[in-house]
Amino acid sequence: MTDAARIRRSTPESTAGLVVSAALVLALATLPSWDPERTLQTPLVVVLIYLSLAQMWNLLAGFAGLVSIGQQMFVGIGVYSLLTLAEDRGFDPYLSVALAGLVAAVLSIPVALFAFRLKGGYFAIGTWVIAEVVRLLVLESDSLAGGDVRSLTRSSLGGYSRDARDDITYWLALALAVGATAIVVLVLRSRLGLGLRAVRDSEGGARGLGVDVTRTRLVVWVVAAFWTGATGAVILLNSPSARADSAFSVLRWTALVIFIAVIGGVGSTTGPILGVLVYWFIDEQLAEADTWRFIILGTVAAAMAVVAPRGLYGLLQRWRPVQFFPVRRRLVVPEEPG
Amino acid sequence: MSWANAAVQGVLLGGLFALFATGLSLSFGVMRFVNLAHGDLAILGAYLAVSTTSALDVNPFVSLLVVVPVMAAGGYVLQRLVFDRTMGPDPLPAILVTFGLGVVIQNVLLERYSADSRGLDAGSIETRSIRLTDGIAVGWLPLLTLATAVAVLVALQVMLSRTRPGRAFRATADDPDTARLMGIDDRSVHGRVMAISFATVALAGVFLGVRGTFGPAEGPAVLLFGFEAVVIGGLGSLWGTLVSGIVLGLAQALGNQVDVRYDLLSGVLYGHLLFLAVLAFRPHGLFGRRGRA
Repeated sequence: MTDAARIRRSTPESTAGLVVSAALVLALATLPSWDPERTLQTPLVVVLIYLSLAQMWNLLAGFAGLVSIGQQMFVGIGVYSLLTLAEDRGFDPYLSVALAGLVAAVLSIPVALFAFRLKGGYFAIGTWVIAEVVRLLVLESDSLAGGDVRSLTRSSLGGYSRDARDDITYWLALALAVGATAIVVLVLRSRLGLGLRAVRDSEGGARGLGVDVTRTRLVVWVVAAFWTGATGAVILLNSPSARADSAFSVLRWTALVIFIAVIGGVGSTTGPILGVLVYWFIDEQLAEADTWRFIILGTVAAAMAVVAPRGLYGLLQRWRPVQFFPVRRRLVVPEEPG
Repeated sequence: MSWANAAVQGVLLGGLFALFATGLSLSFGVMRFVNLAHGDLAILGAYLAVSTTSALDVNPFVSLLVVVPVMAAGGYVLQRLVFDRTMGPDPLPAILVTFGLGVVIQNVLLERYSADSRGLDAGSIETRSIRLTDGIAVGWLPLLTLATAVAVLVALQVMLSRTRPGRAFRATADDPDTARLMGIDDRSVHGRVMAISFATVALAGVFLGVRGTFGPAEGPAVLLFGFEAVVIGGLGSLWGTLVSGIVLGLAQALGNQVDVRYDLLSGVLYGHLLFLAVLAFRPHGLFGRRGRA
């Protein structure tokens, strides 16, 4: 036997997908030079921010079985970390984005100590309670002044020109969105991802095979907190001001994110990308009506959860099975000679 | 003396929390279903009472005759048509559907009634009280709320332990497959459980509306208090729910006494902190049996 059966992850479509993705990322990265009026750049920042948040929620809920309704806590922590670092301590605001993520990652560990005691729907509400506690603490804190409207002032934004600030914020949002997608792909290709999917399909079975379920979940939880916190910092860079109620908004930073992930498809890498495109389309039609955005996206997401639990990506798969990202392991058995 | 008064008010407030929690506790106990729209349904009930009282020119307590049956019917229909299709080993669909429903209810209420705070005017009962001592007065309304919560829980307990439908509920909770073999229509049981859950939370919403003002965005707070009462009491224990509602009410009222700087927020914060402490040290609740969560 020279040709043994082998495990392969790439498919012709996934190779094509990788080439197309690389070209798309390159085009997006050079956008500021061919979109001088920022007609595409300005709305894209928000879309990319939502893609980053949706991929992280997808990683938690779709792969690690951690359905969190408390992710707004890490967005808020990112916002207030950046305010503290850049505004109060005089750090460079753009370099502080990574530090803001780090603060969120560190704080996510004690949160896990409480939240991991609950399961399923109760985990969801438990994370929500903890996010409320953090919001109330920020609101009551004298040094963070969560009750006041706060913003990054010109002095802390330093010597950057207005145009440079807009471009850097855009590039950071792009890096977070691409990075979030890459993290999900890399985690799924790794041993950790194999363990996660084993846990998702059968927790007891995975335990029996030696998967350290709690440790696996904790790693993913901390990674998602880091990325969500860094995204929170970019949200502040992109908006002029923040209050505790807006920085810790469950509707804005968790509900919308969940709807995007669910409409696109939870538990797939491509799903959140499709979802964020749907969000973008609907948002363009609705100008200012915030209420209707929630009503429409909430209704569609709830309906999808019942009739098409794998979202648009699942419907696409049913029509024509295509794997854009090489994350699935397939057994390739060489044909018998003769 | 103000401490003693705070304690009395806290116990009475607990009645409202127990009413928030009853439906959550029952639907989790019988069918392991967590309804994230539970709090928004309480607020929906309160707004239905607003519309009913103004349309029929009646007292909010009379409007319960309309609001509670309407909400119960809504719960039955939603369970049979939608929720039942999300139940299974994977909790994700149920979480998504009920969370989406809650967000939609919140925003529809915002569109229909605006963000302004509303209240339900029940007349003189809102202000009348019994003076126990100089510093302690017991309001009629909080007393009525607590009495209603106790009555609802006693009625549910008697129904569950003494009646034929109650036996079907318990059988479905213990082993749905065997219950089905014994001729119990478990889907009908689920529908009736959800009807009771909606009815109790609508009742709670109307009491909330009579007690003070409310807005479309307050559903999540109701959900979180109700959920905390369920977990503190131990999952699936109705009496635990009553006691823990009272414990939670005490934590909030006494929290207000400790920290007078931010009078409204601090009470809520202390309630949440009590919940986290219970989660850390007694994860199965004060009265729960091990291994049920």
